[in-house]
Order: sequence, then C-alpha cells, then structure tokens
Amino acid sequence: MSVRTGQELSTWQTLRRGFALSPELRRGVGVTIALAVVSTLGRILVPIAVQQTIDRGILAAGGPDPRLVTTLMLVTALGVVLAGCAAYLVNLRLFRSSEGGLATLRITGFRHLHDLSMLTQNAERRGALVARVTTDVDQISQFVQFSGLMLLMAVLQLLVASALMLVYSPPLALVVWLCFLPLAFVLRTFQGMVGRAYTVVRERVGDMLAAISESVVGAATIRAYGVQDRTAERIDRTVEAHRRAAVGAQIRAVGAFTAGQFVAGMTTMIVLLIGTVLATHGRLTLGELLAFLFIVNLFTQPVQTATENLNELQNAVAGWRRVIGLIDTPADVRDPGDEGVDLPRGPITVDFDGVRFGYPGGVEVLHGIDLHIGPRQRVAIVGETGSGKTTLAKLLTRLMDASDGEVRLDGVDIRRIRFSSLRSRVVLVPQEGFLFDDTLAANLRFGAPEATDDELHLAITELGLDAWLATLPHGLQTRVGQRGESLSAGERQLVALARAYLADPDLLLLDEATSAVDPATEVRIQRALESLTSGRTSIAIAHRLSTAEAADLVVVVDRGQIVQLGPHRELVQATGSVYARLHASWATQQTH
Amino acid sequence: MMGRMPPTPSAPTGGSLRRGARIIATGFRRQPRWLAIAVIGSALYGVMTVYTARVIGHLTATVVTPAVNARRVTDDQLWTIAWELSIVVALNVIGVILRRVAAGLAFFNLNATYRREVTRQYLRLPLAWHHRHPSGQLLSNANADVEAAWNIFQPLPMALGVLVMLVVGLWEMFTTDLWLALVGVLVFPLLFAVNLVFQSRMAPRATRAQELRAVVSEVAHESIEAGMLVKAMGREERETERFAARTNELRAAAIEVGRVRGTFDPIVEAIPTIGTLAVLAVGTAQVAAGRITAAQVVQIAYLFSVLAFPVRSFGWVLGQLPQSLVGFDRLQRVLTARGEFGYGNRSLPTAGPAHAVAERVTFSYALTGQDSLGYAEAETPSEHFLAVDDVSLDLTPGSTTALVGPTGAGKSTLTDLMVRLVDPDAGEVSIDGTALPQVRRGGIPQSVALVPQQTFLFDDTVEGNVTLGEPHGAEQVRDALAVAQATGFVDALPEGAQTRVGERGASLSGGQRQRIALARAVIRRPRLLVLDDATSAIDPAVETAILTGLRERSAGTTVLVVAYRMSTIALADSVIFLDRGRIADRGTHAELMQRCEGYRTLVTAYAREAAEREAIAADEEPGDQGAVGDSLAGEEEPAR
Repeated sequence: MSVRTGQELSTWQTLRRGFALSPELRRGVGVTIALAVVSTLGRILVPIAVQQTIDRGILAAGGPDPRLVTTLMLVTALGVVLAGCAAYLVNLRLFRSSEGGLATLRITGFRHLHDLSMLTQNAERRGALVARVTTDVDQISQFVQFSGLMLLMAVLQLLVASALMLVYSPPLALVVWLCFLPLAFVLRTFQGMVGRAYTVVRERVGDMLAAISESVVGAATIRAYGVQDRTAERIDRTVEAHRRAAVGAQIRAVGAFTAGQFVAGMTTMIVLLIGTVLATHGRLTLGELLAFLFIVNLFTQPVQTATENLNELQNAVAGWRRVIGLIDTPADVRDPGDEGVDLPRGPITVDFDGVRFGYPGGVEVLHGIDLHIGPRQRVAIVGETGSGKTTLAKLLTRLMDASDGEVRLDGVDIRRIRFSSLRSRVVLVPQEGFLFDDTLAANLRFGAPEATDDELHLAITELGLDAWLATLPHGLQTRVGQRGESLSAGERQLVALARAYLADPDLLLLDEATSAVDPATEVRIQRALESLTSGRTSIAIAHRLSTAEAADLVVVVDRGQIVQLGPHRELVQATGSVYARLHASWATQQTH
Repeated sequence: MMGRMPPTPSAPTGGSLRRGARIIATGFRRQPRWLAIAVIGSALYGVMTVYTARVIGHLTATVVTPAVNARRVTDDQLWTIAWELSIVVALNVIGVILRRVAAGLAFFNLNATYRREVTRQYLRLPLAWHHRHPSGQLLSNANADVEAAWNIFQPLPMALGVLVMLVVGLWEMFTTDLWLALVGVLVFPLLFAVNLVFQSRMAPRATRAQELRAVVSEVAHESIEAGMLVKAMGREERETERFAARTNELRAAAIEVGRVRGTFDPIVEAIPTIGTLAVLAVGTAQVAAGRITAAQVVQIAYLFSVLAFPVRSFGWVLGQLPQSLVGFDRLQRVLTARGEFGYGNRSLPTAGPAHAVAERVTFSYALTGQDSLGYAEAETPSEHFLAVDDVSLDLTPGSTTALVGPTGAGKSTLTDLMVRLVDPDAGEVSIDGTALPQVRRGGIPQSVALVPQQTFLFDDTVEGNVTLGEPHGAEQVRDALAVAQATGFVDALPEGAQTRVGERGASLSGGQRQRIALARAVIRRPRLLVLDDATSAIDPAVETAILTGLRERSAGTTVLVVAYRMSTIALADSVIFLDRGRIADRGTHAELMQRCEGYRTLVTAYAREAAEREAIAADEEPGDQGAVGDSLAGEEEPAR
C-alpha cells in the first residue's frame, strides 16, 4: 500500500495531469500569452534601433543624422515603456493563476492524504508524505516566481528573435539556428542527467528529514538513554548523503549551463565571420550585421535562461510528480460517495461474516471471523496482545478493509455506507488519542463543533469527570500543549473519551481507551458509560477484565480467531479455556 | 495566529542590509576557500563580458568595416575574428564554471554545517525547551530555514562579479567618450536605487509569505499526525477547511510578492534598454561631431546590452535578502537558545543498586501553546501548572517502590525528575549522594533507565532499538527480549531481530513497542530502573510474566514503578501515594490500605466493582452464585 511516487509520469504527462488538477492555471492563459508576446516584442526594439542608427543615422548618405536618430530613439523608448507595462500585467496574471492553481493542488493533495487508509499512511514516513503538500508545492511555487516567467519569456523571445533574423538575413538566421540545434541535443542529455540527480537529492532530503525528526520527536527517549551522540551520527550520515547528492546535481547543472554559454559565444563568432563575408558581397548592410550580434544575444540569453531554468523546471516537475503521485494513489479504502447508502439513526447491529485480514505482504492476522452483535449490546473483546483485537476495531471504522469476507452494519456491507454516515454513527476511541495544540474545549469540540460550553460541562459531568476537570488550572480553557503533552497520558485518554462521547455515536468503539487511567476513575467511567450507552451498541477492547465482567457479551480472540463467546459468568467457568486463563491472571493481579 | 511567529524582521533597509552583511560575513568565514574561488571566477566572467564588447568594437573598427568598405575579406581578417573571440569566450566560460561549481559547494557545505549545528542544539537543549516548540517548526528550522538563510550565496558571487564588470565597464565608457560615460553614470546608479526601493518593498511581503509557508506546514503535519482521529471522527472535510484557510492566506501573500516583483522587474529591465537607446542617440551626435567612430558607438551600445542582464543579479541578491534574514534569525534563535542543561564532571558508581533521593522537588509546566484548531475562543490564559509540589523521596538501594496515584497526580513528571529528563524548579534529586546536575554528560543513562508510558522507537532494526548502538551481543539482546516477553513476536517478524520497525515503530502494535522499550531498559542492567506504567498496552498474563522476570533479575537494581495493579504493587517493598502533585501518604501496602482512604479506593476499585456486580447478579439470580462467587472470594479485602 505504498503511495505512488509519480516517477512513472513523463514530464509531458505530469504537466498535463497537473494542469487538469489545477484548472486555474489554464484560465485566461490566452490573454496572458498575448501580453507576453507584446512584452517580448519590446526586446527586439534594441537590435532594430542599432540597425536603423547605423544604416540610416551614422552611415546616412549625407553624413550622420543625429536628429533622425533622436526621434527614432524616442519612439523606440515609448515602445519599451509599453512593453514594460505588458510585462507587469503578465507577471500579475501569471502569479494569480499559478498561486491559485497551486493552492488548489495543495488542498486537493491534503484532502487525499486524509483519504488514504491508515494502512497506507502508516506504511509511509509521514514526514515525507506531508512534504508532498508542503515543500514540494513550495518548490513549484518558487519555480513559478523565479523561473517560470523567465522560461515563458525566453521561449517567446526565441520566436520573436527568429522572425527578426529572417527579415534581416535568412542565410544568417539559418547559421544561428544550425549553431543552436546541436545544443538542443546536448541539453537534452544533460537534462536527463540533471533530472535523475535531482530525484536522488529529493530522496536524500526525505531520509534527512526522517532522521532529523527523530531528534525532535524522540527527544525524551534520546535523553533518557543518553544516545545523543548516536542520534547525531545518524543525522550526520543523512546530512552528508544529501550534501553529496546536491553537489553532484549542481555540477551536472553547471555542465548544462556552460554548454549553453559556450555555444552562445561561438555563435557570435561564427555570425561575425559569415556575416562579414555576406556583407562584403552586399547581401547585408553593416547595420544589419551589427544588429545580428545584438540578436544573437537575444537568442543566446533565452537559451541560457532556458537551460538554467529547465533545471529548475526539472526540480519543480519532480515536486509536481510527487504531489500528483500522491493524489493519484487510489484510496484503498474508498468512500462510496453518491453511490453509497446512509444508515438511519438508532442502535446498530454488527455482523462479521467470514472476515479475514492480512497486511499486504505480511501474514494473515484474522482467519475467518464470524460474529453477530445485536443492537444495544455491550460487547467486550478480550485476548492477548497481537491476537487481532485492534484489527477488528479498525475494520469496523473502515480504517482498513477486510481482505476477504464482509463486515455489515444493520445488514449493509460496510463498504457501501457513505463515509459521512459511517463516521457520524460509528466512533472509535483509540488507545493513544491525538490532541491538538489548543485548549481542552477546542479539543472536545473536534467531533461536535457546535457544542456549547454548557454541553461540554454536561458531558464531563455525565462521565463522572468533574473532579478531574477541577484539578485543571483553567478548566475547559486549559491549554493541552503540543500533542496534548501538557496533560498526562491518562488525562489525554479522558479527553479523547469525552470527545467521542460528545460526538454522540450509535456504535461506540473503545480500543484500550482507558488503559492509562487510574482504576477508580476507570470504574467510574465504565459505570457512567453503561448508563449513557444503554441505548446504543458498544464494543470495548480491553485487557483490564473489569470491562469484560460488565459486558453482555464477551468475545475472546486468540491468534486471529474467535475461540470463546458468551457472557463473562459462563466463560469464566470453562476450565482451561483462554478466557479462564486470562481472567485468573487478571484476578491474581488485583488480589495479590 | 501570527502572534506566535517570531517577530517579523521588517527593520528599515539600513538595518537589514547590515544584518545581511553579517550573514555574508559568516558565510565567508565558514567557507572561505570555495567562496573565494567563486568570486575570482565571477570576476573573470565580469571582466571577460566587458572584453567581449571591446573585442566586438575593435573587430568592427579594424576588420569588419574595412572589409565591407573594400567589398572583400582576407583569410587573415577572418582568423583575427576567430581567435580573438574564441579567447574571450573560453575565458568567460571558465569563469562561469569556477563561479557556479564553487558557489554550489559553498552553499551546500554551509547547509550541511548548519544542519549539523542546529540538530546538535536539538539534542543538547533541555526537554523543557522541546515542549515549548512545535516539532513542525523545529523540522522547518533544520530544513527550509537553513536553505533560506544561505540561499543568498546562490546569486551573491555572480553579483560580486557583476560589480567588477561594472567598474571595468564604466572605465571603458570613460576612456571612450565622456558623454557616453555620462549615460552609464546615470543608468547604473539608477538601477541600484530602483533595486533598493524594490528590496525595501519586498522584504515584509517575502517575510510574510515565508512565515505562512511554515504555518501551512505545521497545520499539515499536525493534521496528518492526527490522521486516525480525523478518520475516526469523520473530520476530513473540516480539517481540509482548516488547511485551506491557511493555504489561501499563503496564496494571497505569494500573489502580493508577485505584484511587487511584477512592478519592479519590467522597470529594472527597461532602464538599461533606454540607456542603450540613449547611447545610440548621443553616440550619433558625437560621431556627427567627429569625436568618436561608429565602431565605438556600437561597442558601448553592445556593452549596455550585455550588462543589462547580469546587473539584475543585484536584484536577486536583494530579493533573497529578506528570506535569508528570516531564515538566519530563526537559526540564530535555535543556535543561541538558552535553557542550559549543564552537566558536571562527577561520575556515578558503576556497581550495586542506586540510592536515589529527591529532596523537596517542585516542578511546574508552562501552559503555552497555540490555538491550532483555530476555533474562536476567548482570551486563553497562559501560565504555570504546578505538577509536582514539594515532594521528597528516598529510594533505598535494592528496594522496589510503587508510585501510585490517580490520573493527573504528577506521577510521570516525578519519574522524569528522577531520571533528570527535566530539572526541578526547586529542590534537588541525587543518586548515591551526587546531585544529578553535577553528574557528567552521559553519566546518568549509564546508571538509570526509564521506560516511559509512551514509547519511542527509532527507524532501525529491533536489535538496534534494543542496543541503541551499545556493543551488546546477540545473546544479550535475546535475553533482554525474553525478559520483556518479546521473543515470540520478534521471532515471527520476517527477519527476526534484524527486522526494521519503520518510522517510530509504525509496523508494531502498542504492546509490542512497549516490550521492545522494556528490553531496551533491561539490557542495560540499570542500577535504577524507572517504569512509568510501562506495561499499559500489555495484557495481564504477559505482564505478570514480565514482572516476574524483572524481579528475578533486579537484585542489583533499585526500582521505581508507577502502578495501579495489585500484582505490581505486591512486588514493591513500599508504596508512595501521590495526589495532586503532593505525597498524600507513604508506607507499606498494608499500612496504606489501613489508613489512606484515597489509596484504598484507587487500588481496590476493580475488586469492589467485581464484587458489586456479583452481588447484583446474585440478587437477580438466586441460587446461581456458587462457583463464581468462590472464584472472586477475598477480592473485597485484598490483603497480603
């Protein structure tokens, strides 16, 4: 379940797909190009002015004519100003459309990132994944701001300069083209090399960010074990690998650039040689010949700019590919959307029918689960670590899909239920609930944005947590810190639980949701939930068997299979059974 | 929202130029050799560019014009054109290669150096500092900000070469004709002035765009980090809206940048062009007056046209400057961050169980943060929260102490203090009589191991995560994994202990991660072992096996264990009951059971619960209480 890299896309395909994803890029592009043509026309005014000055001014029949030249120059200057105005408009339009397009791309990418299943998200390094909607798009934006415009103008300038050359001297124009043609082939080779080099650079950036993030996210562990030096070495290795890759790419890019520079210089020389010969045969005036030298400049500069910025383009395209790769990675767990069905509200019936699950390329963790849970039932799923309990919860919330068999809610295949309906009716409280760096109230509202402060207080009271809330310095307005780290792990679980309760689901799934909470509080919460969830279906995964003792139905999972099913009081009497063993161990822990 | 961003460097131009000079000076000091080569190459390029114009003027006067007038050209004349131009072109290209390769090396070397230094700070600064800084921001400091700070060295060598080019170019103009030189003297300073105005307009806008880039990145990181929650609550749309709002702010800021650039770029381009036209007009008049030749007019006009583009490199430098300033400032903030976490030079004993003492320690958290969800909230207070309040402990060597208390009582904070993850605001923690801050760097982890509630695994193999690079043999690793009851699942992994666990151990379950973290502590044979509810994700049977194994091995170890379970508490010689940051009671389990009501309520909660249920069940189903009732007998009054 890896996310596509986009590598399989050619540059052309990338651009096409990119433009399709960001329609803003195409909007008004005709007008922009027309304005760009006007602004590039301004650039051929100088060679024309040189030719006119020489042929009609300085070498005029009656001697130099300063008055004519001054008039000509004033008119030309006016043209330069007009071209400048056009350039301003091009800039502005290009920025508007490109930044608009990139914002769309970013948002589309971000949305899709959330659509990828947990399986996909976990298989990737998240940092690298997020980079695709942040730094990769930044890269494209930088390209547009610095190089994209230059590239556009360069291409137009080549066209306009060619037209002027043809007017002055078709043979000499041919010479210029023949000089630059080989360059095009050389540059293509370089481009390939540079492109590959930048791909390597980007991979090294990913490795480097992953290593650096360990020094940030693992700060506590690193200090507790005194492995600062080892972590530093790991980081240094990736930093050095990135440096080498970047220098390698830079040297290849310099090769491409100087090839352009060299060809440009040589062309000036050849034009002067052949131009002089042509001029001695009267095929060209001196003014036209000198104008050609200026035109070659007009020609070489865009080719240089183009080669230079083609490298940047490569870079940007590489970034673009990765964003597109992300967006085009099919969501393996798909929202049926309009084709899906909504479930009516009310307590939910759950059915597992021959459900199997295996991680891609890994071993199967669930081997054919058949289970019926009636409405309003309180179910506890117990079993040893790694028995597959959590996988059941993930399948019920479609964080993943079964590899075989069917999960049904109210008789409907879960894959046919619209996400909007599923998410509002089934809520999972995982062991490590994530808190945002905000106030407690804001975190509680995550699942119920419209809840008032009174409702928040009510929920806390109903869960029997007011005493805990009273210990917080600012009550609901207490800041929880980054990832909730100002609270203890147990307190974070309390918040996650209250948050889920506020979301008011019809099926509440608790996956070790109170594992870090103290026993007295846990018992209190459990009591509260019993009355609060009496109208709903609830499934709790727990290794504290107090939960199982309170449940209507206990499901014992062992090595991916259901081995026992029934109320606690029955199961516990089945001597030698998995549950009896688990319970004995639990009871011992409580009574030692 | 922007309030928490570092102060915007919108200082007046003079100030930012001065600070820019500091960045440049720093760069030259760190990479003198490569930058010197880059500048020399660039100067060569500058001189050769001017000489191209000179050679063309010279060839026009001495070769082309005579040939055209004579209507024939000799081989000698053609050879002159060929070799004179070849030399300037070749030298020019050499200059460019030197400049770009050397500047590139300098740039990437600077990046690498500063990434190392910044991450060294991350590793050195105290944990409290980390708590105050969002991880997304720290990542961006080490990545984007490093690049932004040194990006100025991409265009800078070129700009310095262009400076040489301008000096030589103006010299050419003055030696050719005073009036033409005057055009140059007008045009080039004007270009400078325009560039200065441009940079002062650009600075605040570029800064804002860069800040917003960081904000967008933070939102994205946090949101994906919360991926499972977002899915479980069906909040994808809302999260997308939150991201889109920031993205749209960034878009508007980037367009503002474009507007300024769009205004100045055409002006910067038009000025030398109009200069060229002026040269042609003035030059024609001077030719008419017989002061100069047509070739000289061409030479100076050509000079203007070849200078026009490189002169823009000043604009690139000035355009890059604000971003470099912001980046550099952020780096400096990390590199000069206080919060010293000093070490002494004393060593702890290497053998025998540790004697750990806390004397009247107090610790409070600064409640800072951001409204990252962005819901409208009233002014939220930001102050300190007292987590541990005047606590004293004395862990007898070789003893096992259970730390018990309700959720949020300060147990984890106390364990952090005991292993010196944080230093107390007041009071002192010592091991074997040595105050922890006096212990040399790396000394504490050799004696002490903490297994935290939430484990962190490195993107490494299972074995690497257990040894953390220490030279433990495979046998010791197996042994440690066995104590942590991890052998079973580790052997089932595709490559056993050599299997990579993925970023933060993503391929493992919570309980599996905890067991690897336990093995990590066990293999060190610590003199003080601190377990902070380290088995919360492990089921009872496995946990019992682990605790038994630990007990067998922990003869030479002092143990502090955060616990709720009777079985764990049973392993302890004494119990400390912590409530709201203070020690409410201490003694043996039996003593506390007798006299401390809070403690009794806490540790017997499950048993009472079970008993009550049984009682209710018994009421409902009289006659069916036998077996079950017996199995739970005695739970109501757990005694040792």
